[in-house]
Amino acid sequence: MIVETQVACFDSLPLDCGVALSPVEIAYETYGQLNSSRSNAILILHAFSGDAHAAGISHEGGKPGWWDNAIGPGKAFDTSQYFVICTNVLGGCKGTTGPASIDPSTGRPYGMKFPVISISDMVRLQKKLVNHLGIERLLAVAGGSMGGMQVLEWAVAYPEAVACAIPIATTSRHSAQQIAFNEVGRQAIMADPDWCDGDYYNKKPPARGLSVARMVGHITYMSDDSMREKFGRRFRTQEPLPDFSSVFEVESYLRYRGSQFVDRFDANSYLYITKAMDLFDVTNGHASLAAALERTQSRFLVISFTSDWLYPTYQSLEIVSALRGRNRDVAFCELQSNYGHDAFLVDVAEQSELIRGFLASTYREKVARAS
Amino acid sequence: MSAVAHELRHPSVRDVFGRSDYAIISQIVEPNTRVLDVGCGEGELLHWLALHKGVDARGVEIVGSKVQRAIARGVSVYQGDIDQGLADYPDDAFDYVILSQTLQEVRKPLKVMKEMMRVGRRAIVAFPNFGHWSVRLTHLWSGRAPRTKLFPHDWYDSPNIHFLTVHDFESLAAKMKWPVERAIYLSGDSEVKLFPNLMAEVGVFLIRK
Repeated sequence: MIVETQVACFDSLPLDCGVALSPVEIAYETYGQLNSSRSNAILILHAFSGDAHAAGISHEGGKPGWWDNAIGPGKAFDTSQYFVICTNVLGGCKGTTGPASIDPSTGRPYGMKFPVISISDMVRLQKKLVNHLGIERLLAVAGGSMGGMQVLEWAVAYPEAVACAIPIATTSRHSAQQIAFNEVGRQAIMADPDWCDGDYYNKKPPARGLSVARMVGHITYMSDDSMREKFGRRFRTQEPLPDFSSVFEVESYLRYRGSQFVDRFDANSYLYITKAMDLFDVTNGHASLAAALERTQSRFLVISFTSDWLYPTYQSLEIVSALRGRNRDVAFCELQSNYGHDAFLVDVAEQSELIRGFLASTYREKVARAS
Repeated sequence: MSAVAHELRHPSVRDVFGRSDYAIISQIVEPNTRVLDVGCGEGELLHWLALHKGVDARGVEIVGSKVQRAIARGVSVYQGDIDQGLADYPDDAFDYVILSQTLQEVRKPLKVMKEMMRVGRRAIVAFPNFGHWSVRLTHLWSGRAPRTKLFPHDWYDSPNIHFLTVHDFESLAAKMKWPVERAIYLSGDSEVKLFPNLMAEVGVFLIRK
């Protein structure tokens, strides 16, 4: 399946910080066919460094999508039955308006003049796109990590527009530890002299800072077990010498992932998006988490993973407990996996079973019955 | 033919489950109600109730692989421990709370029962009857922890940690002032009418608060 990223443009988007972005563009891809009653649409929400290319083979790069193992004919999100949409988030650097976009008032990239954005701003823009595609109610919104935060925001902000919500390996708000890791990443970028207060476009980008930020990120996405299995204490170099020229496999891997990231990601997007994640709290404007989630009208499927120490199971359980406290329809399962936070992207066999059954029963009960 | 006898022979229920207690429970539950099955296993009963009686079905189950199969079936199941798994639910959240073949396995049966009566308007409890004649005879003759068709485990690896009889349950219900709306006693696939404490393999009780 060859897919192409498309772009929709809107005149203006009001932001939580009080200003409006105009114009604003959003990149998206779609897979499968929208049915005649427009009741089979699923919105997939990507994690921190993802993009709109979730499935299929991209027309330009020839690369598979980031969740290609979960989206496609016969897969968890079965494109022979459902119409699947994935967008790039606001503040991103893969086609949606972000700090690298041109500021119409200056004719130059926004850089740090880009307004501070929030998870709910991202969701507001996605809602515009979904409306633009002629869809009033989504069968499902689903995503892991930061994608899961957007799922929660969708279910609270637009309760009538979400038949079911699938937040995976996520939280209703970041803990001090999660904020701390993000801050290390941001400081690594800002400490790079090439960052130039965010004004590095058309110059040398802050590659070293961004690459170190990504290295830290990768450590938090894996688990002690998965790193031991993948690298152990093996050396990259033949003869380990007692000096800095010897390189462990794990060091080489992190350096490689770091430098690869520089080619595909914008450092300012890193700053803005991690800030949006840190500031996110679905409880904002409500008396409690339960009060916020009481607004929802969706069925929920909440999934966590045993070895995920970045978004531990207790954070999923806080969401589940609040939903049960308000007698909302929620299924919860903690899946066994050694892959750490990455599990929702790589260890998808059991997760797919859950999602497939959950979507099918929601479609049967909530959508087919109503139409 | 009585409703119970009919239900026991009804192929759609019995063949699906191979369990008489499920057949009885599926008959007791009124259509379009809210049902919580505590210790719901792979969600077979809930799935059946959702499809055939239009109930709003929820479950609690501790074993991860069972939770996975139940959710894959489309049933909203929460992976958690029964002894404390009901605490989150508000009062009267359900019309029925089902506890099938599990009461004898929980650490604190009375606490679980009280929680069930808090979150539900009614409870349906099914359990193996330790007063059955085969249990009494085996214990009397062997002088050891009884192993029967109903209680097939050795004492050291049995999931059962409490042993109760039909009479025990009735006296608890009386003590707690939970009126028994229905009591159905089963032996194999048949209903027992006489001497249930001696003859019933399984007791199924519908109680309310």
